[in-house]
Amino acid sequence: MAIIEIKNLYKTFSTKDSEVEALKDINFSVEAGDIYGIIGMSGAGKSTLVRCLNFLERPTKGSVLVEGKDLGSLSSSELRSLRCNIGMIFQNFNLLMQNNVMDNVTFPLTIHGMSKKDAAEKAKHLLEVVGLSEKASAYPAQLSGGQRQRVAIARALASDPKILLCDEATSALDPQTTQQILDLLKKINRDTGITIIIITHSMNVVREICRNVAIVENGEIVENGLVEDIFTHPRSKAARRLIIEGKDPDQWDEEHSEKKTSPIVDQLREDRRIRIVFSSNSSYEPVIANMILSFGAPVNILYAATKDVNGVARGEMILGLAKDNELAEKQISYLKERGLAVEEITGAEYDTTGN
Amino acid sequence: MTPQEIEMIIRGIGETLYMTVAATLFGYVIGLPWGIVLTVTGKDGIHPNRALYRILDAVTNIMRSIPFLILLILVLPITLFIVGKTYGSTATIVPLVISAAPLIARMVESSLNEVDHGVIEAAQSMGANNTQIVLRVLLGEARISLISGATITTGTILGYSAMAGTVGGGGLGDIAIRYGYYRYQANILWVTVILLIILVQIFQYTGNLISLKLDRRKV
Repeated sequence: MAIIEIKNLYKTFSTKDSEVEALKDINFSVEAGDIYGIIGMSGAGKSTLVRCLNFLERPTKGSVLVEGKDLGSLSSSELRSLRCNIGMIFQNFNLLMQNNVMDNVTFPLTIHGMSKKDAAEKAKHLLEVVGLSEKASAYPAQLSGGQRQRVAIARALASDPKILLCDEATSALDPQTTQQILDLLKKINRDTGITIIIITHSMNVVREICRNVAIVENGEIVENGLVEDIFTHPRSKAARRLIIEGKDPDQWDEEHSEKKTSPIVDQLREDRRIRIVFSSNSSYEPVIANMILSFGAPVNILYAATKDVNGVARGEMILGLAKDNELAEKQISYLKERGLAVEEITGAEYDTTGN
Repeated sequence: MTPQEIEMIIRGIGETLYMTVAATLFGYVIGLPWGIVLTVTGKDGIHPNRALYRILDAVTNIMRSIPFLILLILVLPITLFIVGKTYGSTATIVPLVISAAPLIARMVESSLNEVDHGVIEAAQSMGANNTQIVLRVLLGEARISLISGATITTGTILGYSAMAGTVGGGGLGDIAIRYGYYRYQANILWVTVILLIILVQIFQYTGNLISLKLDRRKV
């Protein structure tokens, strides 16, 4: 069952003399227990989108249904009590700096009338879950970034929410700490079945933790679906840039100004080339070697890597094929017959990134 | 100095402290809610209300533009109505409060506006209502800035109370004017001035000490 459903959502910001359409006709739904990624470059509208999910930002048009309830139809007090069902963590942690860790974690409980004693009891348990039991009386200023985010996670989980929204929750953290926070989120998802929605500009985060992903560009969802499917068959330009070129959204623009391309990409512009993805069960047969032997024609391996998608290793390879079109077609169908995902990368598509 | 003069100066210190502390307290009784309403109804506040904000904003500006000595005279009827007389330290408290309240409101507004919007958003995402946000987030997070503001305000009120001495307001300022200025008793003038400086120093030092003790943002 879909725990969140977004239908025809629009958000327009009006300034004195202009209107900015931050979100345009957004439609998607998130299944209960899923980890759903929303990826896009800064300014794409993803932060606005996540704020529409708990009505911190009211959509201009369209509806947001949480467990079937239309948020737009709720009174402000109904909305406040529904927000107990939706935890949220932020890039800058947003902890109360003048309150210690314990008071931060009990905050969402005491504002809804729980006694201080019961709240402290619960907070102790939550601090154990995030591994910060000894820091209960410390103040946020005394903690590292990763520890602060753990406190924020404990606080977000205090009211036993069914949904956790993460707004760039790992963007201010170093790679190692990011990994620890992602592992913690995965563990919480596994243990409690909480639905997690992750806003990020990093494909690594999506590959690491998300089951489904939506790619947002200029306020629109350009592609969404299972991470594995999009990884194997990226259809939109944005997805291709993310996956084939391995560029995170914040690097998309750099190329415009600098025209700096990697040697691989330069070489790629010359040949007819394909991208193939091996799933774990297609790697027993030495497919490429066999193909070369059976056609008697070489292929050029331009790029090869293994990437962890949702904990499953995926082999990824970009091949430059023979100039002879007929032979190339045969090679492609040979690979397809062996159950590999084959994606042709034509010159035109590559050019779209450069102009 | 004669023993009578010393006794008079000691009484003067008492009156000055009485006026300053009472005016600051009453000033905050009016100015704190006023400042909170300014913050809350402001453009980026948690409950924007353009009309209300504009009215309060204008009133604050107008009241703050009136020089204290003029205000002191303007509000004489009010003072008479509330206290029953227009001279002495208790009567001086009325114009002091009226002049301090808008200053305090502005100080409070600027302190509360310093609170990181992200923290307010986090509280909203947890389902906090506006009262809880004001009490537990805005006032709690801004407390150091609020205390600094109160320290500055107290110093200003102390200065105003001395000014009120020119029209028989009591306290050290009154003594300085009557003995130091009208009677050319330079020694009394200097003693009162030094005492006023010491009082301001004490207020400032205490304020700083409290801020330092209460600030949890420093490791």
